[in-house]
Amino acid sequence: MFDLKALYIPDTVEEALTLLAEHPDAHIMAGGSDTLVKLRDGKLGGLEWVSLHGLDELRRITLDDDDTIRIGPLASFTQVARSAIVRGRLPSLAEAVLTIGGPQVRKIGTIGGNLCNGVPSADSASTCFAWDAEIEVSTADGVRTLPIADFYLSAGKVDLRPGELVTGILVRRAAYQGWHGAYHKYAMRNAMDIATVNCSTTVRLSADRSTVEDARIAFGVAAPTPIRAPHGEAALRGRPVSQAAVDAAAKAAIADTRARDSWRAAKAFREHMLAEIARRCLTQSIVRAGGRLTEKSPA
Amino acid sequence: MSLTAPQFREISFTVNGRRVTRSVDVRSSLSDLLREDLGLLSVKKGCEVGECGACSVLIDGVAIDSCIYLAVWVDGKEVRTTEGLADEDGNLSIVQQAFVEATAIQCGFCTPGLLLTATELVESGQTYTRDELRTELAGHLCRCTGYQNILNAVELAQARHAEAQIGSPEFWEAVTPR
Repeated sequence: MFDLKALYIPDTVEEALTLLAEHPDAHIMAGGSDTLVKLRDGKLGGLEWVSLHGLDELRRITLDDDDTIRIGPLASFTQVARSAIVRGRLPSLAEAVLTIGGPQVRKIGTIGGNLCNGVPSADSASTCFAWDAEIEVSTADGVRTLPIADFYLSAGKVDLRPGELVTGILVRRAAYQGWHGAYHKYAMRNAMDIATVNCSTTVRLSADRSTVEDARIAFGVAAPTPIRAPHGEAALRGRPVSQAAVDAAAKAAIADTRARDSWRAAKAFREHMLAEIARRCLTQSIVRAGGRLTEKSPA
Repeated sequence: MSLTAPQFREISFTVNGRRVTRSVDVRSSLSDLLREDLGLLSVKKGCEVGECGACSVLIDGVAIDSCIYLAVWVDGKEVRTTEGLADEDGNLSIVQQAFVEATAIQCGFCTPGLLLTATELVESGQTYTRDELRTELAGHLCRCTGYQNILNAVELAQARHAEAQIGSPEFWEAVTPR
C-alpha cells in the first residue's frame, strides 16, 4: 500500500483545476513512475494527491494552426517517441526520451512529469531547452506561458504554484523550422540508468550550409537545473562551418556549467564529458543540417 | 463524484478475458490487486520500484510494470497476465512454447514478465532484429540465463507467429496489390 492520505481522480482538466484550487496542498501525480517509487521509499507520505491519469485530453501531440507543436504533458515517452509530428520536426526529442528507463517505464512515464520533477538529469528537459520549448501553465482562472528556462527555478523546483497545472509543452515554428538537433546521454548502462551528464544541441545553417547562423547548446547535470550554454552558443554563432569551430564552442560552453562532485561522478570528469558530448552533438547536428565539416575554417 | 476522494472505489475491468468488478483501496498497486485480490500469482514482485520487470502485465496490449501503477487506474481497461496466455484447453501460446523449446527458463521468476513483453512484441507483427530485441527487453532483469536463450526464444516466436499468419485475412490484406 502506498501512503496516500487521499487520492482525487478528476475526469477532465476543468475538474482537475477545480480540485487543485480547492486543495492547494495536494500534490500532482501524472504517470506515477517517479512519485510511486518515492512513496514506496517512504518519502512524500501522508499527502493528498490529484491523479491526472484520466485526463486523456492532455495525452495528445498536435500541431496548432500556426504550426506550433503542442505536446500534451501526459504523453508517455513512448508516445512522444512514436509521434510523427515529433519524429518529423524534433527528432532529437524522440531520441532523448528513448534513453529513459526501460520500455515498460517509458509507456507510463510522462514528459510533463519528467519536466515538473525539476531534476537536472531529466532526459527530456535538456532537449526541450535545446528546442526553446515553452511551458503552458493553467489555473482555474487562466493560462500563462513561459520559456522553459524560466520554468526551472532551482534544484528540484519549478515555477508551478499551488492550483496550477502544466497543460502543454509548446515549440513554436520559428524555434524548429530550419533547425537540426542531436542528443547524447552519458550513463553507466544502456538502459534503466540516470544520466551522469547529458547534452542536447540544435543548429541552423545558412542557405548554402557554409555558416552556422545560430546554435543552441543545452546541458543536463551540469548545474542544479538543466541549462543553456550561452558562451558556447556565442562561440559558434555566425562562424563558418568547421570542426575547429565546433571544438572551440564545445570547450567554451563549459564556462556556463556549474558541475559538482557527487558519488556518481567527479566535477572534473563531468566537465570533461560535457565538452566531449557537446562536441559530438554539435557535429551530429551540423551533419544532419547538411553541413560539411572541414578540419579548418575556410579562409 | 470525482471531486471527492473515497478510500475505496468500485472499478470494472477485464482480466484474461473475464469481466471483474471490485471495490479497490486507492492506495494499492495493480500488482497488489492482481496477486492478493485475484490470486494471479504469476505477477511476481521483484524490486517493486519499476526496475526489474518481474511484475509486468499487459494493459490494453501494452506491457507496464504493475508495481508502479495504481490499481484504480485499470478501471475500464483490459489486463492480461501469464495465466491468460494458454488457451482454454491448456495449449501453450506461441511465445510460451518457444520459451520452453529454447530453454529460456531457469529459476522462472522473471519469466512471466518476459512472456508478456515478448507477447506484445510478437503480436505487433513487426520483426525485430536481435539488437532491437535487446532494447525492447531491457526492462527485464534475469539473473540466471544470461539472456541469450531468451533472445533465441523471442526470435523463434516471431518466426512462428509470422508463419501462422500466412493465409489469414491480415496476410491477404497485406499482400494484395491495391
